[in-house]
Amino acid sequence: MRIVVAGYGPAAHRFAETLAARGFTGGLTLIGEEPRSAYDRVALTSYLSGRPGTGAEDLTYPVPPAVTAVRLADRVTAIDRARRAVTTASGHEEPYDVLVLATGSAPFVPPVPGAERAFVYRTIEDLRAIRAASEHATTGVVVGGGLLGLEAADALRGLGLATHVVEMGGWLMPRQVDEGGGAVLRGHIERLGLTVHTGTGLDRIEPGRVVLADGTVIDAGVVVLSAGVRPRDELARAAGLDVGPRGGVVVDEGMRTSDPAVYAVGECALAGGMVYGLVGPCNTMAEVAADRVLGGAAAFTGADLSAKLKLLGVDVASFGQLSGALDVTYMDPVAGVYKKLFISDDARTLLGGVCVGDAAPYALLRPMVGSELTAQPSDLLFAGAQGAGPDGAGYPDDAQVCSCNNVTKGEIRSAIAEQGLTDVAGVKKCTRAGASCGSCVPALVSILAAEGVATGKALCEHFPYSRPELFEIVRVRGIGTFSQLIAEHGQGRGCEVCKPAVASILASLNGGHVLEGERAALQDTNDHFLANIQKNGTYSVVPRIPGGEITPEKLIVIGEVARDFGLYTKITGGQRIDLFGARVEELPKIWKRLVDAGFESGHAYGKALRTVKSCVGSTWCRYGVQDSVGMAIALELRYRGLRSPHKIKSAVSGCARECAEARSKDFGIIATENGWNLYVGGNGGFKPRHADLLAQDLSDDELIRVIDRFLMFYIRTADRLQRTAAWIEAIGLGHLREVIIEDSLGICADLDAGMERHVNDYFDEWSATIADPEKLRRFVSFVNAPGTPDPSIVFETERDQIKPVLLEVTRR
Amino acid sequence: MTTVQSVEAPTGAARNWIPICAHADLIPERGAAALVRGRQIAVFRAFDGHLYAVGNRDPYSGAYVISRGIVGTRGEEPVVATPMHKQVFSLVTGVCLDDPATAVPIYPTRVTNGTVEVSVE
Ligand SMILES: Cc1cc2nc3c(=O)[nH]c(=O)nc-3n(C[C@H](O)[C@H](O)[C@H](O)COP(=O)(O)OP(=O)(O)OC[C@H]3O[C@@H](n4cnc5c(N)ncnc54)[C@H](O)[C@@H]3O)c2cc1C
Repeated sequence: MRIVVAGYGPAAHRFAETLAARGFTGGLTLIGEEPRSAYDRVALTSYLSGRPGTGAEDLTYPVPPAVTAVRLADRVTAIDRARRAVTTASGHEEPYDVLVLATGSAPFVPPVPGAERAFVYRTIEDLRAIRAASEHATTGVVVGGGLLGLEAADALRGLGLATHVVEMGGWLMPRQVDEGGGAVLRGHIERLGLTVHTGTGLDRIEPGRVVLADGTVIDAGVVVLSAGVRPRDELARAAGLDVGPRGGVVVDEGMRTSDPAVYAVGECALAGGMVYGLVGPCNTMAEVAADRVLGGAAAFTGADLSAKLKLLGVDVASFGQLSGALDVTYMDPVAGVYKKLFISDDARTLLGGVCVGDAAPYALLRPMVGSELTAQPSDLLFAGAQGAGPDGAGYPDDAQVCSCNNVTKGEIRSAIAEQGLTDVAGVKKCTRAGASCGSCVPALVSILAAEGVATGKALCEHFPYSRPELFEIVRVRGIGTFSQLIAEHGQGRGCEVCKPAVASILASLNGGHVLEGERAALQDTNDHFLANIQKNGTYSVVPRIPGGEITPEKLIVIGEVARDFGLYTKITGGQRIDLFGARVEELPKIWKRLVDAGFESGHAYGKALRTVKSCVGSTWCRYGVQDSVGMAIALELRYRGLRSPHKIKSAVSGCARECAEARSKDFGIIATENGWNLYVGGNGGFKPRHADLLAQDLSDDELIRVIDRFLMFYIRTADRLQRTAAWIEAIGLGHLREVIIEDSLGICADLDAGMERHVNDYFDEWSATIADPEKLRRFVSFVNAPGTPDPSIVFETERDQIKPVLLEVTRR
Repeated sequence: MTTVQSVEAPTGAARNWIPICAHADLIPERGAAALVRGRQIAVFRAFDGHLYAVGNRDPYSGAYVISRGIVGTRGEEPVVATPMHKQVFSLVTGVCLDDPATAVPIYPTRVTNGTVEVSVE
């Protein structure tokens, strides 16, 4: 059998992949108009980011093995149904037994004067052209305020253009959200600095500007049209196949057109009277057609058009029907939250809903569409945000628990039973549920519990979750305080185990000062006094000395401070100086002196980045091949203050002689002739471990990108007090590489954004503390005698420095 | 303001109450140390506003640091964990929950006109 596929996009790829998986051995020819094989169009915008893993080659899918011939950069121009052959623009003729149309859709270009000056947003070539044009422009206009238009607008903003969005409808994303949701969305988008025009269309495009129908003139160096798509049915139309009144090749539920030898799949097909513009249904159609070609009886009977996405940092979700006899709405314009649920006229069945600004109810309510309401409709609006956790246990077996990877509760239950899974990590690995956006993790926990699996990962008696699970709950629910977390997801008032762990999660996710408000009470004494407690109840002080590089003036300041406060001084293993023996009431005075001299906190007291040690590198050393000191300083300044499950140490060596001992660090960097090698998971201490090579010969930017992701993924998924060495042993180096280099879970953009936030929000904790009388109040030995030093603290002298006098203790 | 809480002296004898600080000066779920007639006392304000006072000396390390421990609950019991090696003490009885043979002293507390008072008799 000779199969020819016209069009080589994601649907064609899935069709060929399915045939390959089923052992197809006939002829399979793919003809595509673009200059490359199918690529991940959904991830198209990432191409503009320039990050590793987002190049054209990275996005392009490998050609499935069953394919016998590929013709790229050639367009099918005609179908001769009688002779069963297609002709292409290059004059090639290809005979077929079965023809599959997978021509997708084309952006609709409104017929306005000057339209030829605008760009569309569909292919890698389109994006290349937009990027090139943006280099000479400062302003951009996107025509169309739907999903793709907003994605394009964000891309223009990312290219540095002052960007406007023009939407003809009354509000943004009119197909996904109603007017109230559109208004809230608009607020979010305007806060990001974009300008929104609604209720007016495009009149014409002139050089350097656009004119709207209402007369508004906007400067526009770059114009992108995103006013909808049209199915590419021109071949089918010319060949006399049935097409819909508004376009699309008519197919039956086996994806067959009006000619039994011709199938149509993907965005060009009109199935059950609908054209589907989402990749999920397009893939399903491709699988159905492949099955039919092989003699099967699979059918495409429609698809769930629910969607949850993060657009310009705003959660937008819609599911089920977007209308109903009854509805309930929650709106908080200040917080930018809008939620609406549609309910049947007897008020008993959930029909669908829209969420903007808080998509928490989505994961919980979507599986319940069509089933009887379990609570007051108004309570459901807060599902996932408040009160009862997600009761995954209450879902029916066919409810889809993970919508990213399309996993039902039944599949999860059988995986638990058959594979003997005992934890969320196992469920993720086996079923892929929870492996992408993570919003269903709480549901997975409750399903595990309902299956009688004691997850055994409980952090302590107050939370039935492991640290990574708590991290996901805080992240997905946007929880801001310990009190809220324990009230909604735990019991009691916490302890020395969960409080610091939650404090660290809140710091990683929300930034801010560790001594702010209620968070102060969660901290271990070290974080509480921003210093390290020592055996006699005094504290040590460690100013940051990035990369171990320090000027003589600063060294003198440290010496003077130590002398004036009578502190014991020692050089640490991390190339800095530790000052011991300070009483709590002395800490602010010591830090005032240090901050005035330009020092900042070294976070020696925190579960956080400690130091990035370095050798002297190519600047001075005759063996050095890279500037290890410069890189160490850059890394230390980038990651300073980053709170994590445990402390993080690093080092940079300027050549393979490895004088900085980088391979004993959580992340260690060794210079090569061509750049940097990155090693991860090293450890000294109790259980020494040499770090593993993660990536080689990286440029400065690539190195930083990979470390960013490594650290954020560690912070997100490691257990409490689990160093990177143990974490890597648990997840495997291969998995780590897949996730952070190949982006197998699709979370790299999130990880990157998390680190970006950390870097932008960093401030020095000690400067902020000495400037805040409220935070300074805790730095007294005695509340009722603030001027009195603790009389129990006594020193003797040894080798010309102080030493604590031994205390009497209970030994058991 | 009136008394919001007091622990009565077992004998009913008149107690000697010593003012420590304003109730509002204590951070909820955090302690503060006080020097009372040469003794170091750790005073805690629980989440629900209840006050507790125990000896500030950690019997395991000998350091006067109990006031700097993390406050929480074990079951229903309000507790503090010493910051040194994390042994947990009941704020009600002073007994170490991991090692009932060891305890820290406890002291009665009350609030009068917004001022926290401790009795050391
Ligand atoms: C920027 C962007 C973001 C998106 N984001 C999402 C998302 O988040 N979620 C989601 O579900 N979907 C998303 N989509 C939609 C998704 O990409 C499409 O649903 C999917 O690409 C459809 O696949 P297809 O193969 O049917 O069509 P297409 O991807 O359009 O592929 C058709 C291919 O056929 C070629 N072709 C057409 N005619 C001929 C011919 N005569 N001869 C030879 N070749 C021909 C075309 O050049 C094209 O390469 C997004 C789309 C874009 C553009």
